[in-house]
Amino acid sequence: MAITHEGPAPAEPVRSRSSILNDARFRGLVAQAVVAAIVVFAIGMMVWNAQTNLANQRIASGFGFLNQTAGFGINQTMVEYNETSTYGRALLVAVINTLMVAGVGIVFATILGFLVGVGRLSKNWMVRQVCTAYVEVTRNLPLLFHILFWYLAVLAAMPAARNSYSLFGEIYINNRGIYIPRFVFGEGSGVGLIAFAIAVVGVIVLKKWATARRNATGQQFPVFWTSVGLLIGLPLIALLAVGFPVTIDHPVLKGFNFSGGSRLLPEFAALVIALSIYTGGFIAEIVRAGIKAVNYGQSEAAASLGLKSGLATRLVVIPQALRVMIPPLTSQYLNLTKNSSLAAFVGYPELVQVFAGTTLNQTGQAIEIIAITMGIYLVISLVTSAFMNWYNQRVALIER
Amino acid sequence: MKKILTALALGASAVFASGAAGAATLDQVKKDGVLKCGVSTGLPGFSNPNEKGEWTGLDVDLCRAVAAAILDDPTKVRFTPLTAKDRFTALQSGEVDVLSRNSTWTSSRDATQGLNFTAANYYDGQGFLVRKALGVKSAMELNGASVCTQSGTTTELNVADFFRTNNLQYEVVAFQGQEETLKAYESGRCEVFTSDSSQLYALRLKLANKDEHMVLPELISKEPLATAVRQGDDQWFDIVKWVHFAMLNAEEAGVTSKNVQEMLSSPNPDIRRMLGVEGNFGEQLGLTKDWVVRIVGKVGNYGEAFDRNVGAGSPLQIERGKNALWTKGGLQYGPPIR
Repeated sequence: MAITHEGPAPAEPVRSRSSILNDARFRGLVAQAVVAAIVVFAIGMMVWNAQTNLANQRIASGFGFLNQTAGFGINQTMVEYNETSTYGRALLVAVINTLMVAGVGIVFATILGFLVGVGRLSKNWMVRQVCTAYVEVTRNLPLLFHILFWYLAVLAAMPAARNSYSLFGEIYINNRGIYIPRFVFGEGSGVGLIAFAIAVVGVIVLKKWATARRNATGQQFPVFWTSVGLLIGLPLIALLAVGFPVTIDHPVLKGFNFSGGSRLLPEFAALVIALSIYTGGFIAEIVRAGIKAVNYGQSEAAASLGLKSGLATRLVVIPQALRVMIPPLTSQYLNLTKNSSLAAFVGYPELVQVFAGTTLNQTGQAIEIIAITMGIYLVISLVTSAFMNWYNQRVALIER
Repeated sequence: MKKILTALALGASAVFASGAAGAATLDQVKKDGVLKCGVSTGLPGFSNPNEKGEWTGLDVDLCRAVAAAILDDPTKVRFTPLTAKDRFTALQSGEVDVLSRNSTWTSSRDATQGLNFTAANYYDGQGFLVRKALGVKSAMELNGASVCTQSGTTTELNVADFFRTNNLQYEVVAFQGQEETLKAYESGRCEVFTSDSSQLYALRLKLANKDEHMVLPELISKEPLATAVRQGDDQWFDIVKWVHFAMLNAEEAGVTSKNVQEMLSSPNPDIRRMLGVEGNFGEQLGLTKDWVVRIVGKVGNYGEAFDRNVGAGSPLQIERGKNALWTKGGLQYGPPIR
């Protein structure tokens, strides 16, 4: 609505001779004030009208329900929750579950997408065809189909607890989920954490030193492998020094099911697999397009400088491809997050299932709950966008 | 997604509509010539489409009886299948006029959801369905079990209460629809499928090997399954309530779809009042004098509807039990028409 002066402004505001009504600035301000007043009035009317109508229909309203006892159970809770917790707490649990599935999904989809995208450009005929087939199959099937396929056709077909598939006698897969051993850090494990922090600082210093040395002398230093050694080795040595207070909690069959260890819900696994594979197909195309967008002359130039093909890809092609890839990648990440709401079909307790589903039905406060749900998705999406925009600026071509 | 749409429709109607909520539903139904009835997405015995695609069931018959009383035609009903999550929002937003969908009557639903329950047309209780191979004989042996249930139901709350009060560990897996829930149970995701016991009997028939499954003896809750209407239209509330009572009174008086025409000449004053031979009780409700003749003649009395849909004449074979007439030791009691 803003009325701004564009182009060459009049040298002198002609104010004295004409009426104030002819003053463009004044008229602009009045117009904006009127529009603002209409918007505020309309929103106010809607809120007032909604409240009156809800009261007339005797439907409860307000946000007080968030402090009431929820009374239902949730089978995956990252924070303390039980049946006596409040609806507000259930909302928190649901949001964390949504973020978890979205976060893990984004990581896997990105890895998968990069591998397949690069694979489609491979010189190997077989790899290229397999990757093309993957992209065409996954992109062209509805996401709900992917989810139901993994949940009902694959994971539900796993054996019952007593006949679980076992990997090395440590990892168990059955129709209740995937059970893995869990590390339990006992007294004194803090040392390991401190050692890890020291290692991280060490890696940063090492990187700076290696870059400086390379710039000065041209000598290479194997930064990557040294860093890996530091990050793993230092905490390990520290833990050994204090008598290795780490135990492993093994999953054991007990009663109906396994207890101990960590468990991945089949609903969670199905969702993550389906979302990763589906979105991975789109990301692969973005990656391929990004790499293709880098002029072939760049690769030739890198080769003429004596860089090997792997180094040329890593140092010349990928950084330039990233600029093209980040904006569409952001859209895919946002899609994946929003698509996680399809979890309702496989009973994974995320935002739409727990809050816009069960909570809405138990309290009947549709307007408030839908508004909160929309608000949360909006915030998650805006934060994701903001992060990706920041990253985009970082990798953007800096012209010198 | 349908539920989001319904919720948005409700939001929009609440935000933009200016009219009073209590618009006369009866006039609207007469004008449209069709009754909008909310039913389940498919529950044998209560509301389920038959092989010809026609809706049948105890809940369906209530809507057909209301349509018969108003429009003299039990087929003039438009059925809207609703999931447990969508049902109340659909009623609030005016998508349906009557919600006849095996919904439990609770105080909070009555008070805060903008609806009124008319009467319980089936007294139920929550039970557990398990595989016989599990060797479990009582619900108290279900420690550590995974329980599949439908989200947004009283069932989901009851199961939490039951396991908590008995100090049993459990894991609940809640699905949005009946079909998904049953499929998950069948695939072995859960040891236990929990719902109202009538549903357990009905859904057991849908399982591939129904004889491998059994319903545990415990009932862990009271589930009066009742019909609901929007709050704020008292005339409509009265009509739906009294259609159910009329069906009960007809059964009590021995008036059936077969003998209703002969009964018109009955000397019994109760029957004469009920069938509109004497007095104008139907007109007082906003209907016609012969409203009960229409209901019983075209749909049948409560006992007939029960037998046909869930009782001895149906595959479910559920006993009358608590749903017998009060004269036979049950809870179904129709106040007098006079």
